[in-house]
Amino acid sequence: MDFNDSPEEAAYREKARTWLAQNAAAHRAKWGELKPNTPEHMAAAKDWQAAKAGAGYACITWPAAIGGGGGTPIQSVIFGQEETKAGLGYGYFTIGLGMCVPTVMAFADSDTKKRFVSPAVKGEEIWCQLFSEPAGGSDVAALRTRAVRDGDDWVINGQKVWTTGAHYCDYGILLTRTDPDVPKHKGLTMFWIDMRDTAVECRPIHQMSGGREFNEVYFTDLRVKDSQRLGEVGDGWKVALVTLMNERLAVGGSAGPNYREIMKLARQLSGTTGPALKDQAFREKLADWYVQSEGLKFTRFRTMTALSRGQTPGPESSIGKIISANQLQELANTAVEMEDQYGILVDPDQAPAEAAFQQSLMWAPGLRIAGGTDEILKNIIAERVLGLPGDVRVDKDVAFKDMPTGR
Amino acid sequence: MDFDYSDDQKFLKDEARKFLAAHCDVAVVRGVLDNADRSFDETLWKGVAEQGWLGASIPEEHGGLGLGRVELCAIAEELGRVVAPIPFASTVYFLAEGVLAHGTDGQRAAILPRIAAGQLIGCLATSEGPGVVGPATLTTRVEGGKLFGTKIPVTDGDVADTALVLASEGGRPGLYLVDLKQAGVARETLKSLDPTRGVAKLTFDGAVAERLGAAGAGFDIVQAILDRAAVLLAFEQLGGADRCLEMAKEYALGRYAFGRVIAGYQAIKHKLADMYVKNEVARSNAYYGAWALNDDAPELPIAAAAARIAASEAFWFASKESIQVHGGMGFTWDVDCHLYYRRSRQLSLVAGAPKVWKERLVSQLEQKNAA
Repeated sequence: MDFNDSPEEAAYREKARTWLAQNAAAHRAKWGELKPNTPEHMAAAKDWQAAKAGAGYACITWPAAIGGGGGTPIQSVIFGQEETKAGLGYGYFTIGLGMCVPTVMAFADSDTKKRFVSPAVKGEEIWCQLFSEPAGGSDVAALRTRAVRDGDDWVINGQKVWTTGAHYCDYGILLTRTDPDVPKHKGLTMFWIDMRDTAVECRPIHQMSGGREFNEVYFTDLRVKDSQRLGEVGDGWKVALVTLMNERLAVGGSAGPNYREIMKLARQLSGTTGPALKDQAFREKLADWYVQSEGLKFTRFRTMTALSRGQTPGPESSIGKIISANQLQELANTAVEMEDQYGILVDPDQAPAEAAFQQSLMWAPGLRIAGGTDEILKNIIAERVLGLPGDVRVDKDVAFKDMPTGR
Repeated sequence: MDFDYSDDQKFLKDEARKFLAAHCDVAVVRGVLDNADRSFDETLWKGVAEQGWLGASIPEEHGGLGLGRVELCAIAEELGRVVAPIPFASTVYFLAEGVLAHGTDGQRAAILPRIAAGQLIGCLATSEGPGVVGPATLTTRVEGGKLFGTKIPVTDGDVADTALVLASEGGRPGLYLVDLKQAGVARETLKSLDPTRGVAKLTFDGAVAERLGAAGAGFDIVQAILDRAAVLLAFEQLGGADRCLEMAKEYALGRYAFGRVIAGYQAIKHKLADMYVKNEVARSNAYYGAWALNDDAPELPIAAAAARIAASEAFWFASKESIQVHGGMGFTWDVDCHLYYRRSRQLSLVAGAPKVWKERLVSQLEQKNAA
């Protein structure tokens, strides 16, 4: 075992560092400190993406011929690590380049690919993924957005929900129902759409955490050309699975404070019988969080090792969000309770750690739901990793229109 | 054995539920949540006063109804169910109960009738910063009857008329009654995890303070007040936890995934069963606390700690897992789950966090079992 880079990896890392040192400084000098989710922040992000694309650091694993870096998955991981260390990395392109554009590449005709791939790599156009619906969350294939054939066009009506970045995206891939008379997985069809079309309306979702990072997207008689179809009519589910499989390996750490931050807090506070850090019950929790965090970190190392060896990572990476989301909620709550009565305060000017624990407490419930709930992830581990039998399914052979529905 | 509400108490509880259904629907709660300028609902507060709830346990000679504490517990449970946005706990559990138990005849006569009439809002000011307040960290002081120092956070301190303030005088801790509508008192409203309740920073610069209870006994009196309040707060927590379970059940029965109601999946059923188990453990401990409170039993410190610990755990679990059952909808501002999640934190923090009560419980058990 060796935690160091191989000679080739080290060389790549050095090259990436050098490039980042030169370009990150220039980028910062040009743009300064910007608030996220502002037009300036977006402009800076696009500028940075273009610089990366010019140097082969955007879409590192894609062929150079289509604007990628012609590199390997481990190189992509290495660059990501160095980019994070350099304090850069914008989230706007992750879904588009990680999931949507690969789907376009897999299913669109050559003209369409030529039109869209390069501008996306360079950050000129941003894509979103329009799958989840009010009636299709964990069960995405239960979606109801209807696409009806009209000559050479399709007319689309319906609603998507929890669409990240819909308000700033230029294009999207949209999963629709084209045939309600067949079982649900068989009646779906995928399209790419222009998000600026007047028949597309984005409404921000007010989250319980106070923010508005996601959207509801409504389609009212949206007309798209049949040439915007990705894959065959009725093959939308297969296309969607390609999209979801292209989801990038999450190699970053979990968001929010961890055992280090709560340890720092405990050093500053008094507990019930002395310094909070000396409290035995807290120390046991701290040990558990450390073990979990390190377990996740080293699991990512195992994933990286597989990538480094040119292998496909195993299913061990699926444990990540189950641990991190629940740990964040428990850790944040423990910190807030450690502050005792004072823990109720949420103003960053007053609350310790600039209210990071209070903010995490309100964000963690969403993290346990987004991108696969705890329950769905456990089903995936049980059924796909451990090979246990699936639940009784009543929705496989029934026409979609005959399926019982509720809210 | 008679370990449940009596018929009369059940009738009172039913009436309270009907009143709150009519006067404290979720629009009332959201009217405070969504308006930073409001920290309680004045109309509901007046209504609650008219119902006599503010004086439910205040003796008739002081303008109250003179009912027992179990009746007050029943009201608390109903207030918790609806996340009532009023300074009830601060006024009744802290101030009224504190003055009743520790005040002089004069202090009782001066304060209790005004509380019962809905003319006086109270609050309890002990905290001075992050962490548990203790004799070693207490900096607020009284000199020559004047109070100096800062208390943060003080629940309902932004709207209260009178505060109970923990401070030291000549190096000895005491609890002091302070009129907040006098010169020498500055208040600043603060942002909190639960905007349906007011929170403030109170700064005292020579405000007139009058001691409640014995000199040097400040921490003991505060603890005695908290022991009583813990039982009442446990009933609010229990009401909230029950409502979370109902909401989660109702949603799970109407939500379909993979062609079936999600209530049919074991992952959901076990979650709801876990909520039920915690809620029933909390209810039983709360009932025992209600008995100890009502009878002034020597078991109160242990009963109160157990009630608070069980109820805090039940409400925390039910409120966070109710969001999970609601899925993405549960994470939105418009669905009511977060009102309960927020209130569960508020109720767990306001009289000291559960870990403080766990230590207190075990310390009490040690003493009891040492003999």
